[in-house]
Amino acid sequence: MTAATAFDAVDPQARRRTVWLIVGAGAVLMAFVAGVTVGPAGPPWWRVLLELIDRLPLVAVDSGVTERQWAIVWEIRMPRVVLAGLVGATLSVAGASYQGVFRNPLVDPYLLGVAAGAGLGATVVFAAGRASTSTWWVDPLPLAAFVGGLVAVTLTYLMGAAFGAGRSSTTLVLAGVAVTSLATAVQAFVLQRHNDVIRQVYSWILGRLSAATWDDVRLVLPYVVLSVTALVLHRRLLDVMRVGEAEAQALGAHVERIRLVVVLAATLGTAAVVAVSGLIGFVGIIVPHAVRLMAGTSYRLVLPASVLFGAAFLILVDIPGRVLTDPAETPIGVVTAFFGAPFFLVLLRRRAVAS
Amino acid sequence: MTSLAFDHVSVRYGQRVAVHDFTDEVASGEWLCLIGPNGAGKSTLLRTVLAQVAHAGDVRADGTSLRSLRARPRAQLVAHVPQVPVMPDDMSVAEYVLLGRTPYIGHFGHEARRDRQIAHEALVDLDLETMAQRPLVELSGGERQRLVIARAVAQQAPVLLLDEPTSALDLGHQQQALELVDRLRRERRLTVVSAMHDLTLAGLYADRLALLYRGACVASGPARHVLRAETLSEFYGVSVRVHHDSDGTVVVVPRRTNAEV
Repeated sequence: MTAATAFDAVDPQARRRTVWLIVGAGAVLMAFVAGVTVGPAGPPWWRVLLELIDRLPLVAVDSGVTERQWAIVWEIRMPRVVLAGLVGATLSVAGASYQGVFRNPLVDPYLLGVAAGAGLGATVVFAAGRASTSTWWVDPLPLAAFVGGLVAVTLTYLMGAAFGAGRSSTTLVLAGVAVTSLATAVQAFVLQRHNDVIRQVYSWILGRLSAATWDDVRLVLPYVVLSVTALVLHRRLLDVMRVGEAEAQALGAHVERIRLVVVLAATLGTAAVVAVSGLIGFVGIIVPHAVRLMAGTSYRLVLPASVLFGAAFLILVDIPGRVLTDPAETPIGVVTAFFGAPFFLVLLRRRAVAS
Repeated sequence: MTSLAFDHVSVRYGQRVAVHDFTDEVASGEWLCLIGPNGAGKSTLLRTVLAQVAHAGDVRADGTSLRSLRARPRAQLVAHVPQVPVMPDDMSVAEYVLLGRTPYIGHFGHEARRDRQIAHEALVDLDLETMAQRPLVELSGGERQRLVIARAVAQQAPVLLLDEPTSALDLGHQQQALELVDRLRRERRLTVVSAMHDLTLAGLYADRLALLYRGACVASGPARHVLRAETLSEFYGVSVRVHHDSDGTVVVVPRRTNAEV
């Protein structure tokens, strides 16, 4: 039974997956340490590293970090790093899931119009009067963003399906561009009618990653956990979907339910993180494709690995933004677009060459 | 060990009638081949078995209406070899054949050891086990066709549907694929319904032929009854010679209509 390797008790694919997930976890750890130790204000980086080691159980090192300096690390850098990790993980895994369920490698939460729809939903809440909702039991902002994102992705999908009929993956992207323009136009119209909230809305759109607090982490965490868990649970089914909806159905997959749940979960996660991070494009394209190029294309690997590498990626990308142009910060969306836009063009070209 | 009954099946695409009142009973272990010109409704009829097109009438496997089943139990009864299967370039042979185990895995479940075992046996059965780790893009046409059949074998469904299983293959691989299906049918007592263009091959392997024309079944029975020169010229609009070999093989040969020599 020399050739039985693929089906032995220890599946080599599974072993490969484990190795890559360990590498991904290592990347998150390294990015975390780098993100927490590097920064314009506060103690020198090696002292922070010593302090972190000191805080591990059973280890005692004299780091020389004062309580005040530690407060900078704990209250300013730490929530920012954690939030960047959550945002990167969610956008990456949502991007990979949209790519799987639409069988289209060119889509991500931004190109599908989800982010713009979420922005519109949030704008409506601001325009309706944020103060009056302060007594509500649930903050309506993330929910409105979710509904806006969901409407946008549904519109994009219906338009792409109606005009493209599976002929070209670029049709869906173009539909997403149209939906994004529409949502942005409606948003501009609403803002014109409600001048008073423009500042609030724009500070929301640009994101609060640079002023992140533990409250922001607490706000998104439940949505992120729910969304990421639901998506990762669908990893085998997204592999079945790779052979197309008709064959997946003939193989016994409940295609409509898979598509519905995956789109809902990915949109929920995107809307929640957009609410705290603002517009950060291309993460959902760069990270899953980098994972595919490095490690393999099975969604059983791509989804969990995107969670880890997405977190590591956004934490790392956030670092030059706050160091290079100190004291004025470069928004993180600018950094990701700087890397992401050329990457997207390369992908587009590869597909054009292939077909 | 499952029979398949078509009970007054009709399909409409808008105004066009794709299948008109098709009734047939395919016995357990029997091979029925659907023949007919392009657009006659062969593929559509196969898709009614998979409940992928809305249809009047009913398709039943051992009395159970396939339309009323959920996707998973239906896939345990019916396996499908599509005409143009989607084969992602970078998926491995092992991953592809494991897809055949989908009907036996719960929504969030994963393949158990037994599923791997069955998938491996399917590869061995179709002589593909040495390429388990190869990506699909590296496979030849004949290997691809064998792999799609291997996936259907791993599915362990008693009813096997084949949509033009040989249209992309050369003569040798056509024969190989059909011999394979025939062997599997005998070993596993599969009920086979296929759609085929090559009339000689259809007559050679199937127990029974059903000739569809504009969605209606116009002739049905063993090859020697259905493959008649006058029948074929009427419904295909061709001029053919039908030759009956002494061993019962029916050979359909096209005739040149404007021969000048």
